[in-house]
Amino acid sequence: MSSVLYDVPGPKARRISLIGSIIGVIVIGGLLVLAVMTLAQQGIFDPKRWAVFQLPEVWALIAAGIGATLAAAAVAAVIAFPLGLLLCLLRISDNAWVRVPTRIVLEFLRGMPVVLMMLFVLLVFATSSFIAVVAGLVLYNSAIFAEIIRAGVQSLPKGQREAGLAIGLTSFQCRLTIELPQAIRRMLPSLVAQLVVLLKDTSLGYIVAYGELLRAVQVMADFLGPQYLFPVFFVAAAIYIAIDLAVSRLAIWLERRGSKRAAGGVAHVPVAGIPAAK
Amino acid sequence: MDVIIENLPQYWDGFLRTLFLSVVSGIIALVFGTVLAAARVSPVAALRGFSMTYVEIVRNTPLTIAFFFAAVVLPRLGVTFQQFEVAAIIALSAYTSAFIAEAVRSGVNSVPVGQAEAARSIGMNFSQVLSLIILPQALRTVIPPLINILIALVKNSSVAGAFYVLELFGQGKQLANANGDAVMWVLVGVAFFYLLITIPLGYLASVVERKVAIAR
Repeated sequence: MSSVLYDVPGPKARRISLIGSIIGVIVIGGLLVLAVMTLAQQGIFDPKRWAVFQLPEVWALIAAGIGATLAAAAVAAVIAFPLGLLLCLLRISDNAWVRVPTRIVLEFLRGMPVVLMMLFVLLVFATSSFIAVVAGLVLYNSAIFAEIIRAGVQSLPKGQREAGLAIGLTSFQCRLTIELPQAIRRMLPSLVAQLVVLLKDTSLGYIVAYGELLRAVQVMADFLGPQYLFPVFFVAAAIYIAIDLAVSRLAIWLERRGSKRAAGGVAHVPVAGIPAAK
Repeated sequence: MDVIIENLPQYWDGFLRTLFLSVVSGIIALVFGTVLAAARVSPVAALRGFSMTYVEIVRNTPLTIAFFFAAVVLPRLGVTFQQFEVAAIIALSAYTSAFIAEAVRSGVNSVPVGQAEAARSIGMNFSQVLSLIILPQALRTVIPPLINILIALVKNSSVAGAFYVLELFGQGKQLANANGDAVMWVLVGVAFFYLLITIPLGYLASVVERKVAIAR
């Protein structure tokens, strides 16, 4: 699309854009240098401050923080996915007495900040902060998973369900063996993207005093002294962002792979009356 | 239950502050996000690169780290402010604008190619094509996802409560500490006020979605 928006730049436009780019790079670079110099004036780059990374204890704490982050995310994801599947089944149930209450619960969960749910579990049920973080993440993400899978089921051609019912499957069998497998595959990129969100949201555990990466940084700064806050924070932030970037790359890769397959025959639209087959 | 009614002034104060944070950050993020999206499709390679890098990094940054950066690191860099609300607004708008940029870009891609070709063939330049032809149509199709991003923004503003801002979540935390015997009702009250913003917005999104679907 973007190439349609403008003519292929001629020599003059190219020169102007080159000069503009150079000025832009200089401005951004200047700001960065200014920031670095301000920090350097405060002695942030004093080798003594960075010497903390020679201590194995510091790395052990960082590793523990990463471990706690990944543990909360993994446990929450493993519980949230089946729960989301169940909520989705209830949400698209034929029985209005099941469907409508589920819908209300889902709307409620989706409209709520995750931190609030974590705090609620922590204070009301007086649990450990790990359980509070996992419970908050599970409650919120299972609602989102349910909505994503529901969107997938609804995007399937009607014939899938009709054919399933026509060969004598019960409504539930049809959902389980025909519709859900296709819906989940179709929505795989969105599901993985939501996993990235889940992983990012573990950082909210900081607020309910769960010992994840950012809290580990805080603990270290309290323990070693505030002058070490900066180096440790920057390293931890870089690790956090790197992990999230890696998982979102995975999501993009899955999406590309999915659409390549789709082009090879698994069409989104039924071709000549033959429904999309898997 | 009584605890909610007794502390209604605090709730109201927090509610207004949450609303304030969300509205100000929302407006800044909408403007900045649209500019980022425009940069992403512009003919200048440096602008494209900047926009792409910004969106990619910010989208993968946990919100708590963004807040930590705005509230703790920025003051050291010489960006000082009197109130922590400013830090919260910086963090929220910087974070949200990346998501808005992505949404607007997908909207730009959804406008039929013929629109841009027609605009160019009558002699419009890039900024005219974008501002007069493409963006008005793109923004219209992305209104439902934009509203969803704004709902997320309202919910994300709760993180500010952990960074010295007494918005709804911050007030709720204080009230929960003060009323140890009625923690559940205190937090139910907080939840109610959040739903007061998010559920109408969600309803609005679904209504707009239906209207736009008819138009196309």
